[in-house]
Amino acid sequence: MDLLSRQGLRTDGRRSDELRRISCKMGVFNQPDGSAYLEQGNTKVLAAVYGPHEIRVNRSKAPNDCAVINCQYSMATFSRSERKRRPRDNKSAELTVHLKQAMTTAIKTDLYPKSQIDIFVEVLQSDGGNYSVCVNAATLALIDAGIAMEEFVISCTSSLANGEVPLVDISHLEETLGGPSITVAILPISGKIAMLETSQRMHINHVEPVLTEAMRGCRYIYDTLNKTIKKHYEEIGGALNWGTEEYNI
Amino acid sequence: MVMKVTSKTFIRKTKRGNILKIVREHYLRDDIGCGSLACKKCKRNGEKPLEKNPSVDNDGVPDKHYLLLDTNVVLHQIDALEDDTLKNVIILQTVLEEVKHLSHSVYKRLMDLIGNHSRCYYVFVNVYHKDTYVERVRGESPNDYNDRMIRVSALWYNKHFDGKIKVLLISSDEASKAKAINEGIPTMSLEQYVKGLNNVTLTDKLSNRNSVVEEISKEPIFPPHLTPAQIHMGIKSGKLLQGTFFASNDNFLEGNVFVEGQEKNILLQGREHLNRAINGDIVAVQMLPESEWSAPTNLVIADYDDLELENNLNNTVQPKDKHPTGRVVGIIRKKWRQYCGIIQHSVVENATRHLFVPAEKKIPKIRIETRQYDKLKDQRLIIAIDTWPRTSRYPLGHFVRSLGKIGEREAENEVILLEHDVPHSKFSDQVLACLPKETWTVTDSDFFGREDFRDLDICSVDPPGCTDIDDALHCMALKNGNFQVGVHIADVTHFIKPGTPIDLEASQRATTVYLTGRRIDMVPGLLSSNLCSLRGGEERLAFSCVWEMTPNAEIVNSSFTKSVIKSKAAMTYEQAQLIIDDQNQNTAIAIGLRQLNKFAKILKKRRLDAGALVLASPEIRFLMDSETRDPLDVEVKQLKETNSMVEEFMLLANIEVAKKIYSDFPEFAVLRRHPKPPPSNFESLIKAAAHLGVELNVDTSKDLANSLDKAVKLDNPFFNTMLRILATRCMLQAVYFASGTKTYDEFMHYGLAAPIYTHFTSPIRRYADVLVHRLLAVSIAAENTTPELLDKRKIDAICQNLNVRTRMSSYAERASVALNTHIFFRGKIRDEEGYILYVKKNALQILIPKYGLEGTLFLSPRKGQLQMVTFTYNEEEQTQRCGQVVFRTFDPVTVQLSLDSSNVQHERIVLKLVKPEIPNFSIPSSIASTTTVQQTQKNPKPCDSSSEPLCKKPKV
Repeated sequence: MDLLSRQGLRTDGRRSDELRRISCKMGVFNQPDGSAYLEQGNTKVLAAVYGPHEIRVNRSKAPNDCAVINCQYSMATFSRSERKRRPRDNKSAELTVHLKQAMTTAIKTDLYPKSQIDIFVEVLQSDGGNYSVCVNAATLALIDAGIAMEEFVISCTSSLANGEVPLVDISHLEETLGGPSITVAILPISGKIAMLETSQRMHINHVEPVLTEAMRGCRYIYDTLNKTIKKHYEEIGGALNWGTEEYNI
Repeated sequence: MVMKVTSKTFIRKTKRGNILKIVREHYLRDDIGCGSLACKKCKRNGEKPLEKNPSVDNDGVPDKHYLLLDTNVVLHQIDALEDDTLKNVIILQTVLEEVKHLSHSVYKRLMDLIGNHSRCYYVFVNVYHKDTYVERVRGESPNDYNDRMIRVSALWYNKHFDGKIKVLLISSDEASKAKAINEGIPTMSLEQYVKGLNNVTLTDKLSNRNSVVEEISKEPIFPPHLTPAQIHMGIKSGKLLQGTFFASNDNFLEGNVFVEGQEKNILLQGREHLNRAINGDIVAVQMLPESEWSAPTNLVIADYDDLELENNLNNTVQPKDKHPTGRVVGIIRKKWRQYCGIIQHSVVENATRHLFVPAEKKIPKIRIETRQYDKLKDQRLIIAIDTWPRTSRYPLGHFVRSLGKIGEREAENEVILLEHDVPHSKFSDQVLACLPKETWTVTDSDFFGREDFRDLDICSVDPPGCTDIDDALHCMALKNGNFQVGVHIADVTHFIKPGTPIDLEASQRATTVYLTGRRIDMVPGLLSSNLCSLRGGEERLAFSCVWEMTPNAEIVNSSFTKSVIKSKAAMTYEQAQLIIDDQNQNTAIAIGLRQLNKFAKILKKRRLDAGALVLASPEIRFLMDSETRDPLDVEVKQLKETNSMVEEFMLLANIEVAKKIYSDFPEFAVLRRHPKPPPSNFESLIKAAAHLGVELNVDTSKDLANSLDKAVKLDNPFFNTMLRILATRCMLQAVYFASGTKTYDEFMHYGLAAPIYTHFTSPIRRYADVLVHRLLAVSIAAENTTPELLDKRKIDAICQNLNVRTRMSSYAERASVALNTHIFFRGKIRDEEGYILYVKKNALQILIPKYGLEGTLFLSPRKGQLQMVTFTYNEEEQTQRCGQVVFRTFDPVTVQLSLDSSNVQHERIVLKLVKPEIPNFSIPSSIASTTTVQQTQKNPKPCDSSSEPLCKKPKV
């Protein structure tokens, strides 16, 4: 099966450089300090953030000068076409570590000494690029919790069709049928890479085009999320009459 | 940009049997153009192949129009679509996907059409267009859904062009046509459309499928086929068997079905049991009860005219040796392709229905319709089969194209190339664009990363007339008493970079094919016979293997490097031999050649001691008339010492390179292996030899080599060669493979007795060598890897293609030799020495070494002929006896050779016995005789040993 037809369309009708539809909502829950819901195509993720709060576990080992980041990645048992037995397995333990690495890069941990920040992400529906969507959702939840960050952490996954054309934001079908893929998490303004992973061995010639495409995808996601966040705070602020004369008084 | 998104949901069953619900996004776009130059509405209309003013010379359609094809039209009428007159065609994505799903070969041809810009084909991606996408309704079958999508798109197109240009839906299905007309879409069948064009050739190319209707009234001849569902059930329950059908070579009412995993083939006999299976088809077979089992007849039946014979067949006594017998109940996959052949002579004037006789004997005759009989009657044609209804004796087909006049060299060569599927079209412009300029020379920048070997005394040794020289040698004494030996191979990969059109073309072609008098190059001539060819006195790029050898030919040190060389001389085997033998010559080249020759002898001895086989196959060369290009004489290829010298060093280089690339790339090194033949292959040979008191041991290649060496008979000097020829036929084919797909033990090259082997030395004419060059270049860090080179699956897929092409090309080469032998024997009668290869029930198989020719000498009478003598066949001893004369395998005989041209399709060499003399059977020596072939036919001799009946007049 061709992932990219001669007319340049992918199996779901996108072109090689088009991302899936993005929609998100911040502050979906009241009990956690911050939460967000993010859809990228059919991949749907919930993220919740608790903290910063006092360190509860391993208090003796905790560093004195910065915050401890605690992450958990899990997939709902109903998130795939076949029911998953357990929400967390070896694979999610690995992704938890990656998630922690990416988020730690951006959070200004030195502002929160002797405290802990918990980030929980749950994949509700999975259709490719799960990790990337989780990173993006976690960023939104952290912003919602009001935790200080250097900048956004945005992630995107991209792969290669027919051995030559880079595909951005791949779906589950493209993940399984395509060749090796690259997942990258970046800080979009400074362009720093927070996390980089390839799914399998990839030829050196392919790394650059695929990585470039993934980073371009990240910047696009950044713009989209940024707009939504601004709109969200305008609405919240609107309720409190931010920016109006009444508020100033 | 993307407009809407919907989702596609479907149910799928996994391998484990779980039912899954799969949901996928489906984006609908507004930036898909209609593809017409006349359109100003579509904003992002990228490609616009459809002409602004499509021509209107169709009587049936007065307006400007484009064609929109239905799936069934593409599937059945692809031959007509390939005709250049049909232009401005819209192919819907729906149709493209359906075609891809149903027939891969048609899909490939359709893609070629779409890629051809002069034909103005446009692919409209209707499934992602916001206005033409429709959702499947509950309960709608996939077929109805596709039809509806096609109609929606046709309607959209007509609305889109607003009547300025019509979009004509071409469909052959009556029901869907009616529906389309109902919805107001201009619709017709391709037959109706072509009728308006008044083009005879195009009309002939139309598929015959629809003419079946008129014959429906007739009594069915064949039993019906089961439905696919019934077949599926039958195979699952074990009542039916699935296998590949192979038609018998000489009896058109007999065939075998090879079922995987079953030891014995299933025999099929009689028209009704064959039930319209064509050679190569995958069929479903039902076994007959054991009481009805029978044995293969050894009769020759080519047509229904021979049916009396068939009746005799039924009367024969129940045979002892019964085979499992069955009947075809359904055809699972048709392996129909296009066939070469001629039209059978017709007696009725102005008839439009004719019989076509394929060149391949295993294919039945095909009924076609044409109004061009007079033009086509003496031409070689290509025909495609459309259908085989129950009421018709023969399958129905249609004319595809003509290759040229029967008997003309070009047409006959074309037949050989097509029948063996050898790609031989001219190189495309894209391929030629990859070539360097004709004036290319070695420049300073080429020396980067290359050794300068221009001062070495390098020379090449090749057959006379060779223009694609891919190897050269040198040998030089070193101060420490050792020698430096170099094998220099043309650096083809310098010009053929991976992934370029020229590379893809070469990998498709896989090998250069040498027909007699014609060479079909793997790479364009500029490279093969000029820039890559290591010509004498010219600077060329090379890939060199350089060894330091002790005087005992032990390798002390080996290295591989890219280099620049300047061959001092390009010699033939004969010239090189003269230089070696002439002790007065003491040039550096002569000394080098002598030393190389010494080394070669040592290497050969070492190789033979290890158990390498010396096999024989009669190879001949034609001396051609330079103007008419007709063969003047035949000579058996002479092997000189220098042949063996070059061969030894090539083998050495190949083995050394194989070791090197395998150690560096254990997963995807391209290697060549020659599996050990199963002992059963040797059974008949051992038996034949045992009758003459010679014992053959075939346990290992070494044992076989030893016993072949010992098998010498003083009274029959050719005996040993005969044994070797027969032993060669017991071997399996050597194949290319990627090293990661086999275990190390399986790498063995049986014939060469080498544990590992590859092809490195002929990159100009073999693609495998190109791959090996690239791997070796990476392994010596001369070049970087490419993704394709490191993909085990891709390498293995290429190897599979190479194996198929290589096999087909050797068949084509043999067919070409046979063709020229026939041309050579036109109007000639020769008496020649021959040897008996096999003794059969009714014939002797005879090898004539002078022509490398194998023929059948029939011992039993042909139909309608009387024969005074009878032969007694002894199956145990494999002999035929007539009075005092006994024929055994390997016995020498003298036979008269002539050409039987009575059947234009199958010209054959006819053998008649001269010696030993058997009264009333053998014929006198014809050395002085001047009779021509035609005359002998008018007065048939008591025994005519043709293997086929004369061509009969057709019944029309």
